[in-house]
Amino acid sequence: MVQQITPAAGRSAGPAVAPAVAVEAVELTKRFGETVAVDRVSFHIAAGEVVGLLGPNGAGKTTILQMLLGTLLPTSGQVRILGLDLTRHRETILHQVNFSSTYVSMPASLTVRENLMVFARLYGLKNPRERVESVMNLFEIADLRSASGRGLSSGQLTRVCLAKAFLNEPKVLFLDEPTASLDPDIADKTRRLLRETRDKNGTTILYTSHNMQEMEELCDRIIFLHKGRIIAMDTPKAVLATYGQASLEELFLLIARRGTAVP
Amino acid sequence: MKWYRVWAIFTRHFYLYKRSLARWMAIFYWPLIDLFVWGFITIYLRQSESLSAAGKPVSFVMAFLGALILWDILFRSQQGISITFLEEVWSRNLLNLFVAPLRPIEFLTASMLMGLFMVTTATLVSAILAWLFYSFNLLVLGVALLPFILNLVAMGWAIGVVTTAIVLRYGQKAEVLAWGLTFFFQPISAVFYPVEVLPAWLQPVARAVPATHVFQGMRQVLRGGAFPVGELLAATALNGVYLAVAFGFFYWIFGQVRELGLLMKVGE
Repeated sequence: MVQQITPAAGRSAGPAVAPAVAVEAVELTKRFGETVAVDRVSFHIAAGEVVGLLGPNGAGKTTILQMLLGTLLPTSGQVRILGLDLTRHRETILHQVNFSSTYVSMPASLTVRENLMVFARLYGLKNPRERVESVMNLFEIADLRSASGRGLSSGQLTRVCLAKAFLNEPKVLFLDEPTASLDPDIADKTRRLLRETRDKNGTTILYTSHNMQEMEELCDRIIFLHKGRIIAMDTPKAVLATYGQASLEELFLLIARRGTAVP
Repeated sequence: MKWYRVWAIFTRHFYLYKRSLARWMAIFYWPLIDLFVWGFITIYLRQSESLSAAGKPVSFVMAFLGALILWDILFRSQQGISITFLEEVWSRNLLNLFVAPLRPIEFLTASMLMGLFMVTTATLVSAILAWLFYSFNLLVLGVALLPFILNLVAMGWAIGVVTTAIVLRYGQKAEVLAWGLTFFFQPISAVFYPVEVLPAWLQPVARAVPATHVFQGMRQVLRGGAFPVGELLAATALNGVYLAVAFGFFYWIFGQVRELGLLMKVGE
């Protein structure tokens, strides 16, 4: 049973006017041979919303993220980002979008600053040096500017990747388990930064994480996936009420272990 | 020493061969390439002995050193592209690049420029050392030198683009191609011997390789012959075809990669 889409008003200082749709997936399907990885998934994310994509391993989260980024072609269906069709306007869209994942890294032989400068140039930023300094300060990695990737801890590397994701001041941010390797302090700061960015710039964020508490805390809405389909899509509270669970952690375990999505 | 632990490590590596054609190829590839190259060089030397006996001596030093330096241009040009790409694979950075507004053609162009940088640096060093240690002056090739170099760079680019596409599609198990595919052309490119040394049936194949015409032209110049217009035109035309096919192949593979979602997996 799929919950009704409830456009979020934003957790704190959300968009004051009726939100425009920033991300829209229509009947998105991906088949790999006989396997249906994503099955007719439709959703929209309003501008300035923080939406969590969650589900057990193999539920289709990464496949959906890849299709939203245009690195994976859907078998059928359509993706529209910032009102533009992704197939036809991929380059224009990608200038206004960014991505960070625990599973993607950066060249370890370059220094933090060199890595960020490469991406600043790639996004064609007007003042790359200033912008790089700014994101390094934002993620508290300015003192690591001359350190090579080899000397960084996984948490520091994650912050460099997040800094990369903020370089072009994206209107839409796709984050794949961004806090997975961060210590609780930096993870908390990162979540706070994401909220501030949304509140200040109206950035739309699609977020995946296996940290259910983080999802409840951060997300305006969640999209719960199971076997390539959306089984619930609403505010965390509303989804929990539907399933009669006290926390997303319990709901996650229920669905993963019972193998069914019936409330 | 415990043999069960030795066996464990041996099997750990042997498992890789069960599913990898590329690894089996790597076992046989280099011995075969060496066998063919040195086999044809031996035939050439025997023929040259007869020529010397007939009062027509051949200068091997000039031909071999010139060939070696020019061959390295082809190899470095290909390596520039392949290594640039592999660097991104090894550092799991490929997805970061392609979720940025980067077109494949832009990535390839940057890689080709990197190849050109590697070629320029390596050739300069090799040419100076050859002059210092062996009194071989690469400039003896005269005005033909620049078109020779450009043609070898272009062929290196074409091979580099093809190997990049294959690694993109099949992942790191195909990485061996990045190091070895150029050498596949060595025996039939008539690098160290004239194309006439090859068996008759292989000569048309050799003439379909752009580098063959460069090395034939090089020997023509070193013998004191005229500017090799015909060979250079043939090399240039063939390179046009090679580059067109290589880019077409890359875009076809890139489409498959997006179909299968391999950009995220290629570094695994």
